[in-house]
Amino acid sequence: MKISKEEVFHVAKLARLNLTDSEAEKLSIDMESIIGFADKLNELDTEGVVPTAHAIPVSNAFREDEVVPSYENELIIQNAPHAEDGCFVVPRVVE
Amino acid sequence: MKFYELTAHEVRDLIKNKEASSVEVTKSVLERIDAVEDKIESYVTVLKDEAIAQAEKVDKKIASGEETGALAGVPMALKDNMCTKNILTTCSSKMLYNFKPPYNATVAEKLQKSDAVLVGKANMDEFAMGSSTENSYFKKTKNPYDLTKVPGGSSGGSAACVAADEAIFSLGSDTGGSIRQPAAFCGCVGLKPTYGAVSRFGLIAFASSLDQIGPMTKDVEDCALILNEIVGHDKNDSTSVKREYPDFTKALTGDVSDIKIGVPDEYFGEGINCEVKDAVLGAVKNLENSGAKADSCALPLNEYALPAYYMISSAEASSNLARFDGVKYGFRAEKFENLIDLYAQTRSEGFGDEVKRRIMIGTYALSSGYYDAYYKKAQQVRTLVMQDFEKAFEKYDCLITPTAPMTAFGIGEKTSDPLQMYLADICTVSVNIAGLPAIVIPCGYDKCGMPIGVQIIGKPFGEADILRTAHLLEKTITKIRPNL
Repeated sequence: MKISKEEVFHVAKLARLNLTDSEAEKLSIDMESIIGFADKLNELDTEGVVPTAHAIPVSNAFREDEVVPSYENELIIQNAPHAEDGCFVVPRVVE
Repeated sequence: MKFYELTAHEVRDLIKNKEASSVEVTKSVLERIDAVEDKIESYVTVLKDEAIAQAEKVDKKIASGEETGALAGVPMALKDNMCTKNILTTCSSKMLYNFKPPYNATVAEKLQKSDAVLVGKANMDEFAMGSSTENSYFKKTKNPYDLTKVPGGSSGGSAACVAADEAIFSLGSDTGGSIRQPAAFCGCVGLKPTYGAVSRFGLIAFASSLDQIGPMTKDVEDCALILNEIVGHDKNDSTSVKREYPDFTKALTGDVSDIKIGVPDEYFGEGINCEVKDAVLGAVKNLENSGAKADSCALPLNEYALPAYYMISSAEASSNLARFDGVKYGFRAEKFENLIDLYAQTRSEGFGDEVKRRIMIGTYALSSGYYDAYYKKAQQVRTLVMQDFEKAFEKYDCLITPTAPMTAFGIGEKTSDPLQMYLADICTVSVNIAGLPAIVIPCGYDKCGMPIGVQIIGKPFGEADILRTAHLLEKTITKIRPNL
């Protein structure tokens, strides 16, 4: 399995990571080795096997829709790197 | 008497019988931390004042005759990925270097109700990704048995602090072996419960379909005692399972004559260190001498569990870690051009190399064109691995295997090649893939004096059986303390 530096940059963009050239180079080697290891899975015939997302069978967990107290705005906002007037501050997105 | 050397049930009894106060025991543990923490570096945060205040509160409760919880006054540590209200919870990451959660994880809440005393938050591999605790942003925890070696990971701090008597017990979390492998490397007891037995609410998620919280203790009785306190359904975690959980301490009967043990050949082949193999097979022999029946058996798909695990866990991690974007909490990059760049720059500076690697692998496995080949394929193999176990459990009550192919390795020994580090998880990941419970206890020491851990795997919700088996086995092993 060959993973080019361009592919690494594409995946990094999907993952919202900025990589330097040398990071991308190192990652292409690591990913080739790890994804190559996963190619071992192809030795098994899985035709018609149902995929498992969850080891313990669970169906929808319903509960009564009851009103309960929520966290205070102040408590939630206290960890924000930048907040004003009880809101999270981010760079302008609409011109 | 050195209080810090005691187990949780011994401390509980002393305090209950008013032979010691919680403040005395807590101070003893804090003094021990002062004495050895420079060498071990188990903790991200030590909560001196908070711990003494909590101990005083418990002592007052006892003095006034108020009813107290099952762990009244016992000093403990929590892995730093479990949210503790207004107490730093970093996941050993720069990304959460200043994060103080507004709420408690359910396990933290439950142990508080049991009147345990929190003395600190234990170091770990960043976001629980790693097998050596070398991926912590803050410090490298050392193995108390040899300071040049790793404590294992990712719950390396939780294991080392118990082994070094810096806590009476701790909680760890286990996604692919992160409780069991460090327990083995540091010579303590570690239990990964059945998926769904313990609430994950407030556990900062790595791979949600694999993560479980469990106790790390000095003996098996403590393990049962602490499991009693943390187990159960939680309305805040809809994957936690509603059922009757027994009193696990009552399971420790000392009788294993009805237990049928399977010993899967695949776990003893190439790559498993001879001393580890001999010690684990010796443990099986000891159990047979105590009346259990043992047979060799087959788990032919074990070798496929590891690649399946790394695809599934990385895919889930890439999704779970999308929330760290520099907006709601934690680290934010100083320089960025726009909103998207704020996310990307924050994540690039806030995450360490291993976390980025997993996010990249996971994103790749989920990306269009590769989803079927890697993610779906891994989920199908997951089904086959589970069927492998189901077949084995038709004949056996538990399976006994090594916990890791080797004893603790040197600091820096495996950091250059990530795949080599991943291969260290070969004995533990299939248990998470199948959602099974497994306990690890020390079963011997290698020629350098490093602990060897035996893994006992149980049926879904078969914790009582594996605790009972481990409890009896423990009596046949002579424990050696680290020399600090």
